[in-house]
Amino acid sequence: MRGIVAYGTYVPYFRLDRKAIAAALGAPSGSGTRAVASYDEDTTSLGVEAARAALRAAPGLKPEALYFATAMPAYLDKTNATAIHAALGLEASTAAYDMGGAVRSAAGAVRAALQGGGPTLVVLSDIRTGLPGGGDEREGGDGAAALLVAEDSPELPALAEPVAHASATAEFLERWRLPGDPASRQWEERFGEHVYVPLGEAAVTDALKRAGVTAPAINHWIIAGPHARAGKRLAASVGATKGTVADDLGAVIGNTGTAHAGLLLANALDTAPSDQLIAVVSLADGCDVTIWRTTAAIAARRPAASLAQQLAGGGQVSYPTFLTWRGFLRREPPRRPDPQAPEAPPAARAEAWKFAFTGSRCMACGARHLPPQRVCVKCHAVDRMAPERLADVPATIATFTVDRLAYSLSPPVVAAVIDFEGGGRFQCELTDVDPVAVKIGDRVEMTFRRLLTAGGVHNYFWKARPLRGGK
Amino acid sequence: MASNGIRDRVAIVGMGCTPFGEHWDKGVNDLLVDATKEALASAGVELRDIDAFWLGTLFSGQSGLTLSRPLKIDYKPVSRLENYCATGSEAFRNACYAVASGAYDVAMAIGVEKLKDSGVSGLPNIGAAGDGTKAPLTAPAMFSLLAPAYAKKFGVDDATLKEVMTRIAWKNHKNGALNPRAQFRKEVPKDTIACSPLVAGPLGIFDCSGVSDGSAAAIIVRAEDARRYTDKPLYVKALSFIAGPAAGPIDPDYDYTTFPEVVASAVDAYAQAGIKDPRAELAMAEVHDCFTPTELVLMEDLGFAARGTGWKEVLAGTFDLDGELAVNPDGGLKSFGHPIGASGLRMLFEAWLQLRGEAGKRQIASVARGRKLALTHNLGGAPGECVSFVGVVGSEPSA
Repeated sequence: MRGIVAYGTYVPYFRLDRKAIAAALGAPSGSGTRAVASYDEDTTSLGVEAARAALRAAPGLKPEALYFATAMPAYLDKTNATAIHAALGLEASTAAYDMGGAVRSAAGAVRAALQGGGPTLVVLSDIRTGLPGGGDEREGGDGAAALLVAEDSPELPALAEPVAHASATAEFLERWRLPGDPASRQWEERFGEHVYVPLGEAAVTDALKRAGVTAPAINHWIIAGPHARAGKRLAASVGATKGTVADDLGAVIGNTGTAHAGLLLANALDTAPSDQLIAVVSLADGCDVTIWRTTAAIAARRPAASLAQQLAGGGQVSYPTFLTWRGFLRREPPRRPDPQAPEAPPAARAEAWKFAFTGSRCMACGARHLPPQRVCVKCHAVDRMAPERLADVPATIATFTVDRLAYSLSPPVVAAVIDFEGGGRFQCELTDVDPVAVKIGDRVEMTFRRLLTAGGVHNYFWKARPLRGGK
Repeated sequence: MASNGIRDRVAIVGMGCTPFGEHWDKGVNDLLVDATKEALASAGVELRDIDAFWLGTLFSGQSGLTLSRPLKIDYKPVSRLENYCATGSEAFRNACYAVASGAYDVAMAIGVEKLKDSGVSGLPNIGAAGDGTKAPLTAPAMFSLLAPAYAKKFGVDDATLKEVMTRIAWKNHKNGALNPRAQFRKEVPKDTIACSPLVAGPLGIFDCSGVSDGSAAAIIVRAEDARRYTDKPLYVKALSFIAGPAAGPIDPDYDYTTFPEVVASAVDAYAQAGIKDPRAELAMAEVHDCFTPTELVLMEDLGFAARGTGWKEVLAGTFDLDGELAVNPDGGLKSFGHPIGASGLRMLFEAWLQLRGEAGKRQIASVARGRKLALTHNLGGAPGECVSFVGVVGSEPSA
């Protein structure tokens, strides 16, 4: 039977305090925080980080397909999953597809993975915002989850297996966005409630019946979807035992749209014991329900950093900075030349370096090179290099600077010369960092980012960030 | 394999240097004509007497036509070359070799840069984005990497290091205040320097060289012909140019407290010139003070101070105009300004004035006491990945 053999989550470092919105705009904005993708993150880069966590938990497993679902694709026409594929250093024979455009794509990606053959990596990612002062801006959140689905095997037993699935589909105009628009639109809230609740009830009833259980048997109810009010109504009507409806993390992360059901499932898997039934109910343009059962292997392959651990860290972002990052506040740039777009042929030639952070190791003397070189910097051997990926190798700051003159969407640029454990040096930008706290000797790890967008081209590459929690 | 040098085989017999600064009313052509006119007059020759030309510029033109067009050079060889911020010295070096080889009797080296027309702060970008993986750091940021590394290695606290940087800027502004051709011609109080807005790392705006327009030129002949042109020629004692493997950014053994390329070019130049103790033998040095930490590190790399002691020597005033070894007596890149292609030749222009006793209020006393050698040092690139030029000129041929 196919099941989830590994998973990973990623919540960006920054949080916006909702009270900051109220303070700036004078409108009520609720309490708690929402997670905010930094200026150098997009749904592709968030997805890479979640997928890295999942793959690290299942070393040696080679996905045969990658499905990437998001309602906020970085590119249209061009597949975004190929950048994730490249950043993970997957083999060319691994297929990579976008399932883009709608929150419901996530449920479709999981379903396709469960029905497919071979190990399949499902990456769910979203950046949610809305016009300043609106509910989507306030209640939205940014994040990503990745599920690695494969045949259960003694070497790689499933952590959770699907017991039953049900869907309910209908066409109605409840939430929508035209391509290129900065915010979604929504019909009157009570209309959504009116259409969603019966669809949810129908799908839940079907799923329980197919699983051969009744509602009280479900240990964890996960109810996700962009329509919060419909979700709450459904939670009250499915017959859940008191205390079994999972926290939707709205108070800390916000609603991460396409990623949210996956993120909440991962959060449940982070702590669930074996033989628990988890119903994942996703309300998006209909309803998709999957009932999962955790296995005895559940504790064996949890990711290095649980969602709770990621939420324990994090820095605050001010509301004006948040607006700037999301493009709602255009600020005066430095008096510097416009940033340049990367060129397609050099980027393609450098795919392993640029996307996978693969350098080279001299087979004559062992010296590592970042970027890869043909002539060894140490022993000058020529063309005796083997590729070596350093994306998961921690490093130490040798020296650093804070560049207040360089162009950045979020100045100042913080950069460092970093030395990798086991050899190799690179000079790169730091991110998710307090410029005044950087010191020689600080430990960092690599993170995949969108450095900038110039001339309609996204420039993806790696930066270093202070070593995060987890193992 | 050897670096043999061309000690005393060629001499400078005339020089010109425009004022450096914001020449809103002059273009590249005007600057080239101005510097050439002054250099020709200085040597007492006409344009037609020059057999070959070397033009150095990084951003302000391509090909020899950049020079031949404004000067209307009639069918003579004109080379245009570029070696980052050491471009001016590279033009000079190649012109010297051409004369030393016997290929030409009289050559002119000229450097020019028109930076202020770009409208940006700092330098324009060089080259295309390529694969987009190079960190987009500005020049001050690249050189600021020296500061924390130096402080950590030699146990200098941040406040003291800032004081050292400030004193270098203060000294170079003080020297520049005495120089009618300098971009910034006034002394700047240490407080103003130390409290100036931060640009990169601990570097404030006053820790950075001036972005400017300018041109400088030198006329070069065979040493035996020199006295036909002037009673006080400068003999070329050493020319060293070193390109490193750019290993710093990829080799963990590089520690960002030295420029190995500078050390190598200094060793080579001192060998060519027969210099044993530069601090005791040189009358002055013009060094590439693009940013204040650069000048600090150069004091050690050029052998003017023992490793790890440069900061103390700076604070003690060793390199002041009236110190043991005057460094950047004309104000340096800091206050004279840094029009890239012209800077190497501007450094030589100060050696020309000082060794001939023509530096006016800036005249270094040790020249009168018999010191006859001047050093110019020109750097291009960034810590760990640079090219370095060290040249030595002298007012007398060796015995």
